[in-house]
Amino acid sequence: MIEFHSVTKRFPDGTVAVDDFSLVLPSHKTTVFVGTSGSGKTTLLRMINRMVDPTSGSIDIDGADIGTLDPVKLRRSIGYVMQNSGLLPHRKVVDNVATVPMLRGMSRKKARDEALQLLDTVGLDRSLAERYPSQLSGGQQQRVGVARGLAVNPNILLMDEPFGAVDPIVRAELQQELLRLQHELGKTVVFVTHDIDEAFLLGDQVVILRTGGKVAQVGSPGEILANPADDFVSTFVGAERGKRSLHLENHGAGDVLVDGDGRLAGVLVPGSKAGPLAGSGASAQGGDPR
Amino acid sequence: MNFFAEALQWLVDPANYVGLNAIPLRLAQHLGFTVVTLVIASAIAIPLGFLIGHTGRGRSVAVASAGAFRAIPTLGLLTLVALSIGIGLNAPYIALTVLAVPPILAGAYTGFEAIDRRTIDAARAVGMSEVQIVRQVEVPLGLPLLIGGLRSAALQVVATATLAAYVADFGLGRYLFAGLKTRDYAEMLGGSILVILMALALEGLFALTQRFVVPRGVLAGRPTDIRTRSSRPRPVMESAIEEGQKNVHSK
Repeated sequence: MIEFHSVTKRFPDGTVAVDDFSLVLPSHKTTVFVGTSGSGKTTLLRMINRMVDPTSGSIDIDGADIGTLDPVKLRRSIGYVMQNSGLLPHRKVVDNVATVPMLRGMSRKKARDEALQLLDTVGLDRSLAERYPSQLSGGQQQRVGVARGLAVNPNILLMDEPFGAVDPIVRAELQQELLRLQHELGKTVVFVTHDIDEAFLLGDQVVILRTGGKVAQVGSPGEILANPADDFVSTFVGAERGKRSLHLENHGAGDVLVDGDGRLAGVLVPGSKAGPLAGSGASAQGGDPR
Repeated sequence: MNFFAEALQWLVDPANYVGLNAIPLRLAQHLGFTVVTLVIASAIAIPLGFLIGHTGRGRSVAVASAGAFRAIPTLGLLTLVALSIGIGLNAPYIALTVLAVPPILAGAYTGFEAIDRRTIDAARAVGMSEVQIVRQVEVPLGLPLLIGGLRSAALQVVATATLAAYVADFGLGRYLFAGLKTRDYAEMLGGSILVILMALALEGLFALTQRFVVPRGVLAGRPTDIRTRSSRPRPVMESAIEEGQKNVHSK
């Protein structure tokens, strides 16, 4: 469990990235920070592994104030996945995954063996293990990044717009893969994105932030969609326009769902539930849950 | 052309291969002097450059002072140092170290600076300590540019080390100063040729090293040849008359 206690971050140039932020991030759930640029979402994420230290306030992980912990040790116990994978270009894929376990003192051979297993976990072929990151596609690199984040079997996985730089098809694939992984592993995932669809798809708890690190609304995707706190939130989630505002239309043969632009969105099937994330917009995404 | 032939003759004259003024001995002295100077300069410049490159602090000071140091005329500095500490090898060592430090320093910190900030940020975020970031990320990725700095330092030192003979009986510069004094231009030119050959040899060696130290993963990411041939056959120009006829027919 991660707890923010009235955390404020003011940068030396005077910008307030996060303003008096308090929140509990439940264990084994995915919390998504979503907001536009400058909403402080990445700063919030980076405060969890002390890449950024708050100006005031404190952050507890499982009851321990991380301000009192050694930052290097703390970071080694938390998985971190970033945009553009952040892999070391001069190390092979398998060595990249084995990096953190080796920093923690694991032998090279054991770390590499476990790294190979992790490649299986994230759905990468072992034949890629001896390649360099630059020889992989963007989507493959992100999978390696996730494998590296999981390498020390951390309780917490921080993901900073991990799928921001891959094309929409690969992104949808990686999102489904992450859902599958999360279903199997049950990590406490903190995910940052500016894509509200991604937030609703992946998040158990979604935090919508507005400029200056102020919380606009916190809740499950369903709660937010059904009951937006204010105009900002409803505009941001697009509740009254486009594909989120569906209505029934009778087309003679039966009822169909039509979106705000008048385009056909689907049909209403009685009693259906879109997997573990009911009402999250998964069906609107057109993803195929595995 | 006459001088050149005489210089070649001087180079192969067996008399120049014996005694205290023998060519192999002078070559060894010159090379040894160069290597020692580079080692001293590296010991100063590399740790300092790594520090500047890693922290990003002191960069403007380093750039400014490196520029100032480069502007110092080595012969003048050598004379000054020799006047204060006396004749011998110490003065040229000091003067040439001053010459060699700026390029090595620049190579060390630009090597670090050229690395993608996101790579270093990621290394820190997964839990590398600052020392581990330097040793496992910045040094391997910055090495090619550091070698480049050493390469240009080596070139300058080899060429300028001839000045060591100005205050000591040492190195290939001996032939230049002795030849100038006795108007033995063959000896002067022969000595110059030796310096040039040594400079070229070192240059080649460093060029090879520089290529060798680029991490394979970095090389793999570079496009090998962007000027690949088009898969479509190119139109071939026929003789002007045939081309003209074709145009007529097509119209």
